Amino acid sequence: MLDQDEARRITQKVLSVSGADQTEAVLLAEDTCLTRFASSRIHQNVAERNAQLRVRAVSGKKVGVASTNSLSDDSIVDVTHSALQMARLQPDNPDFRSLPEPQPLPTVSAFADPTAQHTAQQRAQAVGVICRLAAEQSLVASGAFTTSVLHVVVANSLGVFAYAPSTFGDLTTVIMSEDSSGYASASAVDVCAIDAESLAKEAVNKALESRNPIAVEAGDYTVILEENAVGTLLTYLSYLGFGALALQEGRSFMAGQLGQPIVGSNVSIWDDGLDSSGLAVPFDFEGVAKQRVDLIRKGVANAVVYDSYTAAREGKESTGHALPAPNTYGPLPGNLFMQTGTSAKSDMLRSVERGLWVTRFHYVNPLHPLKTVLTGMTRDGTFLIENGTITRGVKNLRFTQNVLQALGRVRMIGRQSKLGRSFFGGIRVPALLIDGFTFTGVTEF
Amino acid sequence: MREIAERALNAAQLNGASYADVRIVSLRTQSIAVKNGHVEALAEDSSRGLGVRVLLDGAWGFASSSVVTLDEAAAVAEQATRIARASTLVEGTAVELGPPEVHVARYATPFEIDPFAVSLEDKLGLLLEADAEMRRVKGIAVTEGSMEFVREEKVFASTEGSHIEQQLLESGAGIEATAIDEAEMQTRSFPNSFGRQQGKSGYEFIAGRELPKHAQRIADEAVALLHAPHCPSTITTLILDSTQLALQVHESCGHPTELDRVLGDEASFAGTSFLTLDKLGTFSYGSPQVNIYADATIPGALGTFGFDDEGVPAQRSPIVKDGLFVGYLMSRETAASLGQRSNGTMRADGWNRIPLIRMTNINLEPGDWTLDDLIADTEDGIYMAVNKSWSIDDRRLNFQFGTQLAYEIKNGRLGSMLKNASYTGITPQFWQSCDAICDRHHWHVWGLPNCGKGEPIQSAHVAHGAAPARFRNVRIGIG
Repeated sequence: MLDQDEARRITQKVLSVSGADQTEAVLLAEDTCLTRFASSRIHQNVAERNAQLRVRAVSGKKVGVASTNSLSDDSIVDVTHSALQMARLQPDNPDFRSLPEPQPLPTVSAFADPTAQHTAQQRAQAVGVICRLAAEQSLVASGAFTTSVLHVVVANSLGVFAYAPSTFGDLTTVIMSEDSSGYASASAVDVCAIDAESLAKEAVNKALESRNPIAVEAGDYTVILEENAVGTLLTYLSYLGFGALALQEGRSFMAGQLGQPIVGSNVSIWDDGLDSSGLAVPFDFEGVAKQRVDLIRKGVANAVVYDSYTAAREGKESTGHALPAPNTYGPLPGNLFMQTGTSAKSDMLRSVERGLWVTRFHYVNPLHPLKTVLTGMTRDGTFLIENGTITRGVKNLRFTQNVLQALGRVRMIGRQSKLGRSFFGGIRVPALLIDGFTFTGVTEF
Repeated sequence: MREIAERALNAAQLNGASYADVRIVSLRTQSIAVKNGHVEALAEDSSRGLGVRVLLDGAWGFASSSVVTLDEAAAVAEQATRIARASTLVEGTAVELGPPEVHVARYATPFEIDPFAVSLEDKLGLLLEADAEMRRVKGIAVTEGSMEFVREEKVFASTEGSHIEQQLLESGAGIEATAIDEAEMQTRSFPNSFGRQQGKSGYEFIAGRELPKHAQRIADEAVALLHAPHCPSTITTLILDSTQLALQVHESCGHPTELDRVLGDEASFAGTSFLTLDKLGTFSYGSPQVNIYADATIPGALGTFGFDDEGVPAQRSPIVKDGLFVGYLMSRETAASLGQRSNGTMRADGWNRIPLIRMTNINLEPGDWTLDDLIADTEDGIYMAVNKSWSIDDRRLNFQFGTQLAYEIKNGRLGSMLKNASYTGITPQFWQSCDAICDRHHWHVWGLPNCGKGEPIQSAHVAHGAAPARFRNVRIGIG
């Protein structure tokens, strides 16, 4: 654990020994444990304790970064001097303006003692429940149970000091028969909200119901995408185009489209680091307060997220979406939400004459970033829907789909949302019923 | 370091471990990125720590810390044993490691020029020169260049008596040009995509790439691609260049031959494998021209080292022989389950991760064709080069790749440039359709510095040697 006084002492040491024009110190301290299981036994069980200090030094319009995970006084001095040396050895970057000024910072509730105190024995007990329920059906369980304590500290020579402890728990399981599998997952700030038995039953049921899968032809289908599948598509969409750097470089699908409808009017997507129903974070890695950014509002491309560098280029203010420096990806959303609708999944199901139910996607990658064409496979619970009911498990399919076009054909939206993880933080989305989703291939299982 | 390692091992044994190993790792990384004529990133990162892995009552436990002291070594070892005891709460088969591996040795990557001794001014100068060459081309919107240098110093020690010290050095660089117009975006990279070409080597690896010399060419190609015709959707003959074939080998051969995947250890994340145990020695993976092997001793290749992170020596082992599947990538534990010895493929991404079975250098042996003859011998087909996108199912069967560049082949000649090229297939059918492979003069080893696996996620630096090859009846132009 890293208390606020110690965090302040370390970052103040950096600022006090730095000879740079401006200096930033970012301290990331983590205590993470993960219990992993496969073939219904715990085969990997790990723990990590680490603290990384990143120093960004500004000399005129030159920026250098150095990091260390040694927090001795000597190491703090060395890394601070190294960052400045990096800065001095390069030409000016005319686009660089300044590190951010201090501002009032919000507080969020993102720390739960039960998660911080969770033990290896407790993780093993939860895994034991899953393995037992799988065994009762002659199935095999695999998965991972993670608990983590993270402290993020940002300080700079302009007066910024931001300190935020947080916790995170995540349990995933894949349960398999000879020819089928089912997946379930849960993420939460408080590990007490994760119910291993409930997850196990969900995955077991999917594995049982998808046994003896049949092959279906590739083609366009009406699909019900569970929240995990929707989350994957949205994660890639955000990586490809919701950041200001991609927009400024012309690489974003939002370029030239702000103010224009790009998806259906029933689709709204935003980023909000302060929403406690996500994995709340009060500030970014420059110590700038998180702002809610409405990325797509009722189908219309509305805004992208900024850090101080990209904001300065346009004379705007940072929206609080900086990643740790040096950051070649640019600012990115880390707390995504999609607007829920009014439909129960059972209603979605009843409305489908012939279609597919997709639990999740696997190994998704962009084929054409500007056109938001992604490809990937279905996995761990894919079902045929006929006349409003799930009739059979099906062998997995490959999709190749323009995601914006798919979001333009959303017929129904789930009334509940589920929290999951994206590349850089949390994501909370509903299930979707989409017409005309394109599958371009099938596999053998 | 020896004293700290011994403290950890002693503490592990005192707390009940039947086996323990410890890795003390220091990592130094220098990263440089330029974009559109400016320095975008210049960073020097260091990380140091120790990780202790124990076997107790037949179950694994692992703990790690960034504090490298005698007291912390003992505390981490004790924590690892507590974690192992927790693992035993779920009943499972006891882990067996097979015969002991005892080695006392030192290894260091051979190099000519220490990359950390080369001035940053020289490195920036080279990248900015290449960047300027790309920006001269009208229509280019984004130019990028990067370098990365890594020095890893690690000590491995085990309760079996191993003590191995290694110093591994890496150098890598690459450039990229992106052309954008109203409706299209096309990127060309050199020497390879994935940001850079990287090897276990000194700075001589960078100088040998001649980045500025290729800069204008790739920029010209990126612009030309904007207006090139789309790759058609059809079934045809496909010739892949060695960079794309390297990734094909990675995804469709390297990963499914990881024995831990086969045994189900990665089922919850990356998946399993279609190369089940019954297929070993009996399955026709590819045509008789296809020979694939693992070799962690290739000089300069990114997946080369002295000893793996279980203390097993680097070695060469066959995977596919004359088309027949003959070997897995193994750890001590997985090899013992087959009554074999590890072939040295366990590596961890840092002191804070456990070792997993990772590819080393997984290579397709060259054939005897020249590329010119291969194209001349192809009446109708497509030539594809340099990877742009990749995806494969969780048993490594159905794959789909996109490439940056393609050319039609008509009557034995390269014809029009094509954009948005892609191809798809099922792994064994694809490799069984291979009917020609180019010779050693066309064979190159390509470093892949971002292979992901495991929970928590780890990134491995691996490589693949390949020469261009031809495949028949392949579906191209998807989506």
